[in-house]
Amino acid sequence: MRQEYEITLEPLLSVPVERELPLRQRLWQQGWLRKGLILIVLAVLWEAVARYQNNDLLLPSFLQTSAALYDGLLSGELLSKVSISLVVLIKGYLIGIVLAFALTTLAVSTQLGRDLLSTLTSMFNPLPAIALLPLALLWFGLGQNSLIFVLVHSVLWALALNTYSGFLGVSETLRMAGRNYGLKGMRFVLFILIPAALPSILAGLKIGWAFAWRTLIAAELVFGATSGKGGLGWYIFQNRNELYTDKVFAGLAVVILIGLLVENLVFDTFERLTVKRWGMQR
Amino acid sequence: MNAPLQGHTASNLNTALPLLAVDNVSLEYRTPERVVRATHQVSFEIDPADRYVLLGPSGCGKSTLLKSIAGFIKPCEGEIRLLGQKVEQPGPDRIVVFQEFDQLPPWKTVKQNVMFPLLASKTLKRAEAEERARHYLDKVGLTAFADAYPHTLSGGMKARVAIARALAMQPKILLMDEPFAALDALTRRKMQEELLLLWEEVRFTLLFVTHSIEEALVVGNRILLLSPHPGRVRAEIHSHQYDLHSLGGVEFQASARRIHRLLFDEAPEAERELGFADIRIAY
Repeated sequence: MRQEYEITLEPLLSVPVERELPLRQRLWQQGWLRKGLILIVLAVLWEAVARYQNNDLLLPSFLQTSAALYDGLLSGELLSKVSISLVVLIKGYLIGIVLAFALTTLAVSTQLGRDLLSTLTSMFNPLPAIALLPLALLWFGLGQNSLIFVLVHSVLWALALNTYSGFLGVSETLRMAGRNYGLKGMRFVLFILIPAALPSILAGLKIGWAFAWRTLIAAELVFGATSGKGGLGWYIFQNRNELYTDKVFAGLAVVILIGLLVENLVFDTFERLTVKRWGMQR
Repeated sequence: MNAPLQGHTASNLNTALPLLAVDNVSLEYRTPERVVRATHQVSFEIDPADRYVLLGPSGCGKSTLLKSIAGFIKPCEGEIRLLGQKVEQPGPDRIVVFQEFDQLPPWKTVKQNVMFPLLASKTLKRAEAEERARHYLDKVGLTAFADAYPHTLSGGMKARVAIARALAMQPKILLMDEPFAALDALTRRKMQEELLLLWEEVRFTLLFVTHSIEEALVVGNRILLLSPHPGRVRAEIHSHQYDLHSLGGVEFQASARRIHRLLFDEAPEAERELGFADIRIAY
């Protein structure tokens, strides 16, 4: 038979109750630092391969590209190209978002809307947006409008599909709670469905952004300057024709940089302030 | 079976309108293949400040009945009247407290959650809503957590927020659908105690759905027993004399046994064999 026992506990002073992590671990917690490190490693690899290759025309080194990028930014040429592209992109993106929300709101409120959405998305979602460009040029002529048409097409279906599946995933309890408080129609969508489906909507926005960006550069590459002012894609295309490969790389780098910035600053910040803070996403 | 006088209590002897009248209500729900009858011709009346409990085995349609009173499901027969007005759709005069924890929108802090129905139904302006939210959060002891998000709270705290949110609306009747069923036994006991204390203070009218005989006896003052599927009224029983202190007492056990017999054994002679261990105190 074992004995019972009691221990009188003195305050625990000999061991600190909490202590800081060592500096190295704290630094490693920082996402930007880890990602930055990956970028540096990639840049070093690039530089090494380019030097080994030793052919500026095919593969300019990281430093040459950086110099071309720096010149382009300094002369303002790249910046003006970027702003042309971004203006078109944002216009198309916003119109796409508005249409997607109109379509999904219709879909959650009526059976016909649901059928319309599912038919349209299954028809148009697999269709590459760029394939519509020749048609758009025919309808809207050379100019911003045909680009915007194609961009809307690339954003709309991906976002509508994600938003709709997000709406479907909203729990029955939450829906009943909303209706219990007298929320109906637009107010119900605004106050219950959209915040509750925000993780899916954000995923849709991200995909839509990537699709739009991709489509825009491709459109500019293939069809060049619209209305006499070319964007980033045109810049890449032109410099390739003149065999300024370092400038081509600089243009591509800008495309990548903008993608990284939007992903890591805009979307990440928005996620941190919303879905992550609310415990809806890790 | 549908005699309108069944289950009437002394308080119904006056001719005043009951707060809530459920009159011969039958409910059906659809599955893809068939229509299933959930309750059959159920009638009862609830007076102001009643703590009315719907008790029955699972699948007897008690939750469906509550949802119908809340206005989410239309009866296929009979009608539900709130102060003489026929219930047609959900509305903020009947606030529901659900069992599920996800009834609190995760994108709102505790205080915003309590303010939400007040603002959504346009009952109050923002400043007044905020004041009332504070008042009721204070009542359930969550003032310190006013700015926390729901995902950081424990199950019991979430239940308290849901109760504060419902009470803040000052609804004509509070509908609770097994609100404590997802909590652990200790927290559940504590929540029952707090609910009774709140009732002592505010004297709200409560309709409470549960499948636990013990909880029904503790929380309610009148208990409506529903038969197994499809739910029909089996009896109405007084339980105003019991509270948490009567748990385990002789009379309390006798009432529990009586309810058990009414719910599960149609033949009274089975009572002899019913040992204490058989009593479905569903914890």
